Amino acid sequence: MPATTGSRTRPAGPTGLRNLTHHTLFWPVVALVALLVANTIFSPDFLSVSILDGHLFGAPIDILRNSAPLLLVSLGMTLVIATRGIDLSVGAVVAIAGALSLSFIATAPDPGAVSTVIIAIAIALGLCLVLGIWNGFLVSVVGIQPIIATLILMTAGRGVAMLITEGQITTVTSAPFKTLGAGFWLGLPAAALIAYGVYLIVALITRRSALGMLVEAVGINPSASRLAGVRARTIVWTVFALSGLFSGLAGLILASNVMAADANNAGLFIELDAILAVVIGGTSLQGGKFSLSGTLVGVLIITTLTLTVTIVGISPLVTPLFKALVVIAVTLLQSPRVRDKLAARARQRAARPEEVAA
Amino acid sequence: MAARETRPEATARPVVEMRGITVEYSGVRVLDGADLTLRPGEVHALMGENGAGKSTLIGALTGTVPLLAGTVRVDGEASTPTSVARSRADGIATVFQESHLSPQLSVAENIMIGHEVRGPFGIRWARSRERASAALAALGIDDVDPRAPLDSLSPATKQLVAVARAIVLEPRVLVLDEPTSSLDEAEASQLLGVVRRLRDQGVAVLFVSHFLEQVLEVSDRLTVLRGGRVVAEYVTAEVDRAELISKMLGEDIDALQALHSQRLEHHYARSSNQVTLRAASIGRRGTLEPTDVDLARGEVVGFAGLRGSGRTELARLMGGVERPDRGELWLDGDRVHLRGPASALRHRIAVSSENLRHDGIIAGLTVRENIVLALQALRGWTRPLSRPEQDAVVDVYLDALNLSHEDLDRPAGELSGGTQQKVMLARLLATRPHVLILDEPTRGIDIAAKLDIQRRVARLAGEGVAVVFISSQLEEVVRLSDRIVVLKDREKIGELSNGPGVTVDTIVEMIAAELDGQLDGPELDDED
Repeated sequence: MPATTGSRTRPAGPTGLRNLTHHTLFWPVVALVALLVANTIFSPDFLSVSILDGHLFGAPIDILRNSAPLLLVSLGMTLVIATRGIDLSVGAVVAIAGALSLSFIATAPDPGAVSTVIIAIAIALGLCLVLGIWNGFLVSVVGIQPIIATLILMTAGRGVAMLITEGQITTVTSAPFKTLGAGFWLGLPAAALIAYGVYLIVALITRRSALGMLVEAVGINPSASRLAGVRARTIVWTVFALSGLFSGLAGLILASNVMAADANNAGLFIELDAILAVVIGGTSLQGGKFSLSGTLVGVLIITTLTLTVTIVGISPLVTPLFKALVVIAVTLLQSPRVRDKLAARARQRAARPEEVAA
Repeated sequence: MAARETRPEATARPVVEMRGITVEYSGVRVLDGADLTLRPGEVHALMGENGAGKSTLIGALTGTVPLLAGTVRVDGEASTPTSVARSRADGIATVFQESHLSPQLSVAENIMIGHEVRGPFGIRWARSRERASAALAALGIDDVDPRAPLDSLSPATKQLVAVARAIVLEPRVLVLDEPTSSLDEAEASQLLGVVRRLRDQGVAVLFVSHFLEQVLEVSDRLTVLRGGRVVAEYVTAEVDRAELISKMLGEDIDALQALHSQRLEHHYARSSNQVTLRAASIGRRGTLEPTDVDLARGEVVGFAGLRGSGRTELARLMGGVERPDRGELWLDGDRVHLRGPASALRHRIAVSSENLRHDGIIAGLTVRENIVLALQALRGWTRPLSRPEQDAVVDVYLDALNLSHEDLDRPAGELSGGTQQKVMLARLLATRPHVLILDEPTRGIDIAAKLDIQRRVARLAGEGVAVVFISSQLEEVVRLSDRIVVLKDREKIGELSNGPGVTVDTIVEMIAAELDGQLDGPELDDED
C-alpha cells in the first residue's frame, strides 16, 4: 500500500497545474497562444494596436473583425451539434442572406438610405429564420436525419441565391450597409461588436437559464429527456431556427465586406470551418455537453491561422495543408486516448529515477 | 456437441482454477484474492451485490481485465488470459448481453461473425448459416430463420441467439453474465433449460444472476462475493436461503421481514377509495385492447402479466407517453388529454420507463441535473432553478441515494444500476406527482436497493400517491400491491384485490387459464 499512497501524494504539489492541463480547453488555448507567438516572431508589432482616425487598428482587431461571421455560424452550429444534429446548410444560408439583402438594396429607389438598409436586413434575416425553421421542421417533426435534412438546403440554397441574383454578381454602393462589415462603432469594428454581442447574449441565456441543460439532456438521450417532460421537439426546432438566423447575420456581414452578392462563393465551406471550430472547442459531434467558450477559442484559432498564412508568407498553394497540420495537432492533443498514452509515457519516465532513489 | 457422450462426475478434474485473483482500478481494490473453481458438467453460480466484483472476476477469466496478482489455470496449466482471443483459444466463451449483438444483422451473421466458415472465395455463407442453424437447433429454437434480422426477434430469442453465438465455438467453459435480466419468467425458464442441457453435455457453466430463484434452480455450486472477496462457497442443494442472503448483504435479513410486515400494515391501513386517475376503455390499435382501470389515492396497483401482455403499454397510455386512439382518461373527475409526458407531468402524472439506460438516466448529465430535470422541464427553461432551490430538491434524496454532496456533480452514468433507479425515482418524486407509474423500477438491481425502492413505494402510497407498480417478478407485485390488474395478450383479463389468499400462484393460474374473463378476482373493484 505505501507505493500507492506515495504515488498519490507525489503530484499533490502541482495539482492546480495538472487540473489546468486536463482542462478540455487547455490545448486549444495553447495552440492559439502559440499561433500568436509565432506571428509576433515573424512580425514583431503583430500584437500592437494603434489608434487611427479614432478607430483601433492592428492585427488583433483584424482577427476580431474577421472572426465575426464564423463566430456567428459556429454559435448556431454548437447548439445544433449539442442536440445531436448538424447543420450543413449554413453556407447556403449565408449566400442567400447576402443575395437577398444586396438585390433588394440594388433595386431600391434609394440604396443609400438607412431605411432601405434596415428593410433589406429585416427581409434577409426573416427569410433565414424561415429557412432555419424549415430545417428544424424536417428534423424534429418529419424525423429526417439532420445531415440529410440540411443537405437538402445546402444544395438547393445556392440555387435559391442564384435565382435571387439572377446569376449575376450584384455589386451595390450603400454606405449604411457597408458599415455592417467594414464600419466602426465606438472605435471597434461593427461586425465584431455585433457577433460578439450576439455570442455574449446566447452564452448568458444558455447558462443562466435552464436552456443549456435541457439542450444537453436532449443531445445525450432524447427519449429519456422526452420522458422526463422535456419538450425535445421544440428544443431541436429552436436550435435549427437559431442556426438559420445566425447564419443569415453572418451572411449580411460577409456581403457587406465585399458589397457584392456572389451566390456561388459567399460562405463557401463555412459549414466545415464552423464544425471544425465546434470540435476544436471540445463539443462532441455525438451531442450532449457543449462549450460555447470552446467554440470561441476554435473560431479564434481558425481565424488567426488564416491571418498567419498571409503574415508568415506561406504560399497560398500550401495554405490548406498548413491549416490541416495545425488542426491535426490540436485534435490529437485533445484526444483522450493520445493524452493517456503521453501521460503513461511521462509517468514511466518519472517512475524510473524514483526507483533508483528508493 | 455430441463429442462428449458421458456426463463427467461432479468431482471431475476442474477445468478452470482461479487462485488469489486481485484486481485494482486506479488504486481501488475491486477484487482481493478471490478464488474460483469450475468443473465440467457443473453450473457454478456467482452471487453478490452490485460492486461485489462479479463482473471483474469474469473479466479476469475472459482476459478483459488485467490482474495485479493471482493465477488462472486451465486444465491444470497456468494460462493467465491476456485477451479475449487467448481465453477463447482455451475454450472459454462468454454469452454477451442481448444488447451487445447487432440488431440490423441477420441471426446467422450475429452468431457466426468473427468465425464464419471460409473457403477459397471468402466466406461461405450457406455453410455459415448451416452452422448457425445447428447451434440454434442445439438450443431447441430451430424455428428461427437464420436469415431474419435480429431486430425482428423477441428479447428472449435474442438472448438465446447470444448463447448460440457462444456455443458455436464448442466451448468447455461458458460464462453467462445476467443472461435473464431482460427476460420474463417463461423466457427465463427456457434459457435455464438450455443451460442445463449444456451442463449435461459436460460444459462448465459460470452463471451470474440477480435472480435468487433462478440461481437456486439451475446451479450446482455457489460462490458468494462481497467487497471483492469470496465470503462463502456452497453446494446449492445444501444451502440455507436466509444464510445465503445474509452472506450477500453482510447483514441479517431483518430488512426483508420488516418490509413484509410494513406491507401488511399498509394494506390494512389503506383508507380512502377516492379514484384519481380513471382509464375508460383506453386502448390503441395493435398495442392494447380497450381497458378500464381506476387508480385511487394511497393505493398501489400492480400490473401483472408476462412481457408483451400489455402491462407496459397500458402504463404508457395512462402516463401520456403514447396517445390512445380510443377511450378516455379522467383525472379527478375531469376529462384529460395527455399530449405527451410533459403534459402528463403538468397533470401531476409521472411515468418511469422499464428501460433505464435507453429511456431513463441521462448518463452524461450530473446526478443533480438528472434529479432536477423533470422539475426544470415542468417550470420551463426561462425559469431556472437556482442553486439553493436545486439543493433543496436534491437534499431530500441524498441519504436515500447514499451519496455525498460531491457525488451530486458526478455524471449519473458512473453510478451503479441500483442508484440510477433511485435517481430516476427521485427525478419523478421531485415533481410531486399525484399519480406515479413505475415500470420495472427494480430490474437488474441488488436486493438492498430493491428493498429500499419497495419500501419507498409503500411509503409514497401511505402519503396519498396513487402508484402503479410493474414488475416481472410476481412476488414483488404481490408483496407491494393493494390491487393487482392482470393482463394477458394485450388485454386485461381480471383484477384482484390483494389479501392473504392471493399469492403468485393465484396470478399464474389466472394467466394460464384458457378462458379469459372467467377468473375475476374475489373482490372486483366497483365504482363508489
